Formats: sequence, C-alpha cells, structure tokens
Amino acid sequence: MKHFFVFILAFILFMFPVSAQEDLLDLLEEMEEETTDYTTATFKSLRVINGHSIEIPAPGVLQFVISHRFGRVNGGAYEFFGLDDANMRMGFQYGMTPWLSLGVGRSSIAKTYDGLIKIKLLRQRTGVKSFPFTLTWVSGMAINGLRFTDPNRDNLFSSRMAFTHQLLIARKMSDGFSIQLSPSLVHRNLVANIEAENDVWSIGLAARQKLSGSLAINAEYYYLLPGYTADNFQSSLSIGIDLETGGHVFQIMLSNSGAMTENLFIANTTGKWSAGDIRIGFAINRVFTLKKQ
Amino acid sequence: MKKLLPVLGLLICVSSLQAQKLIVRNGHIWFYSQAPLEDIEAHNHQVTSVIDMASGNMAFAVLMKAFQFEKALMQEHFNEKYIESDKYPKASFKGSISNFKELDLSKDGTYDVKVIGELSIHGVSKEVQADGKLIISEGKLSATSTFPLRVADYEIKIPAVVRDNIAKIVDVHLEMDYGAMEK
Repeated sequence: MKHFFVFILAFILFMFPVSAQEDLLDLLEEMEEETTDYTTATFKSLRVINGHSIEIPAPGVLQFVISHRFGRVNGGAYEFFGLDDANMRMGFQYGMTPWLSLGVGRSSIAKTYDGLIKIKLLRQRTGVKSFPFTLTWVSGMAINGLRFTDPNRDNLFSSRMAFTHQLLIARKMSDGFSIQLSPSLVHRNLVANIEAENDVWSIGLAARQKLSGSLAINAEYYYLLPGYTADNFQSSLSIGIDLETGGHVFQIMLSNSGAMTENLFIANTTGKWSAGDIRIGFAINRVFTLKKQ
Repeated sequence: MKKLLPVLGLLICVSSLQAQKLIVRNGHIWFYSQAPLEDIEAHNHQVTSVIDMASGNMAFAVLMKAFQFEKALMQEHFNEKYIESDKYPKASFKGSISNFKELDLSKDGTYDVKVIGELSIHGVSKEVQADGKLIISEGKLSATSTFPLRVADYEIKIPAVVRDNIAKIVDVHLEMDYGAMEK
C-alpha cells in the first residue's frame, strides 16, 4: 500500500509539470555555450580630441575627417575671438583588416603632410577569454611642406620629417565611461636650436563620458616628461564634445594647442589655459563603407 | 513483487518524460527596415529554439550581438545605441501554437498556425500574436513566420536625427529547421 501511494505521487508529479513554457526557456539557457564578448565603441571616433584613440575603421571602411583649429580666444573682439585665424587638417583613414588601418592627411599649418599606420594589437574582451584593455600601436610621420627659409644653406629633405610612435592603452570601464593612456615619443629630425630635444617623451591621458545615446564629453592631456621641451613649452590640454548621428561624428573642442599633428601639438604647444590662449576647434568625421562585411 | 511495483512505477514516470522536445541551435531570424533615407537588413543565424511536440509550447532565445549587418557602423549603432545589447544581451519569446491540438503532424504538408505568447526585447515584454507555418517534409519539422514589430513598443529610442533612416515598424522573418520528429 505504501509503495502504491509513492507510485501514484511520483506519477502525478511527473505528469503535470508546472509552467511548461518557462521550462522551455530555461532549457534553452542551459544549452547556451560560454562565449567571448569583444568590447566595442570604447571611443566614438578615431581621435579623442587632438590625439589618437584606440579605435580603427572597420575593414573596408574609409573615414574622412576635416578639422579646424581657430586662433586664440584672448585675441579679443578684433580677432573675432580667434575665429579670424583658422587652420585646417583633412585626413583619410582606411581599414585594411580588422586590426590594421592606414591614414594620410594634410594640414595647412606648416603645410604638413602626414601618414600613419595604426595597429590594433589586443582587444578588450569579457567572457571565456577575458582581457582588460584594448591596445593599439600608432606610428606616424609628418613632413613639413614649407619652402626652406635660407636656400643657400645645405637643406636636407630629412630635415622636414618628424615621427611619432605611441602605444595606446584603453579600457571601457562601463557603458558610459572610457579611459586611455598614451605613452608617446615624438622624434624631430631637425630642431630649432642646440638645446632643443630631438626626442620628446610624453604620456597622454584621455577620458570619455557618455551623456546620452549620441552625445559624449571628452578630455585629453599630454603631459610632457621633464626636459627642455617641458621647460619651454606647454602640455596640451583639451576638452571637447562629440555628437554622433547616423554616419557622422561632429566634434567641438577647446584646446591650448593650435595644430593637429603630434609633432606640433605634443611637442610645440605654446598656449597657456591660464592666459586665455584657448582655441576653439571642430572636426567632422564621416564614415564611408566601401566594402560591405 | 513488493520491490517490483515501485520500480515499475518509476519506469512509467521516466518514460512519460519522453514527450518530444525538438531543439534547433542555428535558427535564422532576420529583419528589414524600410525608410526614406535608408534600408536596413540584418541576419542572425544563432537563434536557439525549442518546441514541445506534446503541448505545442515553444520558446526562442536570440543573442542580439549575433545580428550581422552589411555596414559595420550600423551593427555598432544597433548594439550600442538602440538595443543596448550590453544591458539586454538576449531577446526571448515564450508562447504556444494556439491551434496545435487540431493539427495532424503525421502527414507531410504545410500547416498554418497562430502563435501567441510573450516577446521580450530590450528589457520590455509584450503579448504578441503572429501567424506562421509549420512545414512537415519527410518527417522533418520546420517553421517559418513573418510578423511586424513596432520598434517603439520595446522602448527602443530612435533619435530625431535618424528618424528618416529607421522605420517605425520593422518586418521580422524567421526560419527554423527543427529536424526529424520521432515516430
């Protein structure tokens, strides 16, 4: 009799499962395999403000940027607060592979031609194989295009050249906040005087805070390591806002640096925020998908 | 005999669990948005689903990051701005085929079905109804369906700037091959 009751109880329990549909969803969840999730959108553009971010264009994507930096705001009303004096850079960057991109550009300041190679070494990821940072290497070359001031001197082409190497290390801390460290080396083949450094070392620090789905605020600081450059020039400090639409990222910024290539904004900034040597700038980034994925 | 009865009882209970559940791990869902400035299409081939052949109950789980777009930027915006897939990684559906008992799935053919249940996307759950088809061919079951999805119902916010790029109502299609049914 005891056995009979146990049998009936078990039979009833097994025949009428509770919330059958919920069980089905749980069944699917049990089937799930552990995946690795790669972090995306650490920054919304290829440059945080002046300096590079860890982002590169996706393969087959061409990014075009037009940037302007105006004159110093403390130029006053006569200079229309710096807006009368504008310099411009236009650049293209193309995604060759998921980890490699190449770029070219031209600035009106010193008629500079620049080229760069950007390699994504490691991606931040969570899940089965997790890694806390995204690491990108950038190497760039800038060529001063101005005519030599003294044609009678022995002027070498190599004197026009400057090189920048950076290891960018970034972490997306949360959905809205990202931070980046950018140890950098700027090498100038020719410098102004005998005491000036050919090699200028600096550490960049950048941060981004999302304000809404399309709006973010950024800050960037390139700290010059002690030396002649740090004694005679200013560290570049910038603050800016990103506005993202479908295919464009619009950036507006304030900076004490007037140029947009590393050899100039890292190693050659003379403006002081405290003196009002602040320049308004903007950039328009546009994405063209040349090859669909 | 005293020992035989409970053993028999247990055996009967175990066998009653074999009400067949058909599972698919690489189901296909795609959606199409048609808008004045741009058409958007994305395909997901990693949809998991289970159908309980005894009751007609079904469930779907969709990993949002598995939607593939032709343009990488679209995929990034979809995940980061609209679906917020870091916060809501999966969409799910649990429901049942309302006319399941009337179907005779032992014969090959295409059967019109109505599916009713709860669809959860972007953290919002809604009661939905959709028409679909169950197709039996050589003892194998597959299911297809097309239904409209109002984006705003799931609190997916489309900023005014891209209003003409994304449709308010998106067409969703699904195609699942559940495989061979038990006799």
